Amino acid sequence: METLTTTPFTPWASLFGGVLIGLSAVMVMGLFGRIAGIAGITNGFIGAVLPTPGAPGDRDWRVAFLVGLVAAPLALMLAGGTVQQTVPVSLGGMAVAGLLVGLGTALGGGCTSGHGVCGLARLSPRSAVAVGTFMAAGIATVFVLRHVLGA
Amino acid sequence: MRIAFGFLAGLVFGLGLVISGMSDPAKVLNFLDIAGTWDPSLAFVMGGATVTAFLGYRLVWRRPAPAIDARFDLPTNRRIDGRLVGGAALFGIGWGIGGFCPGPAWTALPLFAPGTLVFLPAMLAGLWLGAHGRSLSLPTLKGSVR
Repeated sequence: METLTTTPFTPWASLFGGVLIGLSAVMVMGLFGRIAGIAGITNGFIGAVLPTPGAPGDRDWRVAFLVGLVAAPLALMLAGGTVQQTVPVSLGGMAVAGLLVGLGTALGGGCTSGHGVCGLARLSPRSAVAVGTFMAAGIATVFVLRHVLGA
Repeated sequence: MRIAFGFLAGLVFGLGLVISGMSDPAKVLNFLDIAGTWDPSLAFVMGGATVTAFLGYRLVWRRPAPAIDARFDLPTNRRIDGRLVGGAALFGIGWGIGGFCPGPAWTALPLFAPGTLVFLPAMLAGLWLGAHGRSLSLPTLKGSVR
């Protein structure tokens, strides 16, 4: 498993970044009338490449949104900023994790942004249940991996 | 127009993920590690994002339609069932293993960490499989689920 790296508590940067995420969600609603859920937007991208049941039809802005996501860290680095990132090194673990995240968000109909930010902002009970469930599952998983099985 | 605004919205979202620290799996895993090296920062990300979206949604919903699309298209599925809870649980387990949810997996791509290059294609495969599984087991719901 991944090494235990302590990370500094960054309330202001995190709050500011969170407000940017919220603004983007408002842009997507105000411009396109849609939920800014990254799992759903990614599904639009997959639908553009492979036949995917239930994939959204308006792929143009969704693909452009993903290009914007990928461009963001590059823009920050070009502006002289640094992008802090420590990715777990276990490739087997990351393969399982990716599969579960994709499957789970497809079945549950949303992720941290779709159910989390947008769903909670809409006061959706369905999203509140999803957020409580994935938070609890995430906390339990980290507890088992780090404190029961040992890092 | 649609493409330019889509790109801009994605760029703002991505900057938010990177600046907030949400794009760093180490920070996400520490947020979830309440019993260990806990870093509560991500509660501020979720709080800032949700409150901003809550207020902003109410502003834009005063208009009859979105600026460059025909109508507001909101999820109509209100069902709380095993699929919702099971899917969210699987997602949470994957999130707890890898420290990535879908957005940060994309912003991590240009840094080319080996873990990212394995995670992202696996996530795309999972999404695709999940979309097929969803349509197979509940054909009558077709069109009503996002």
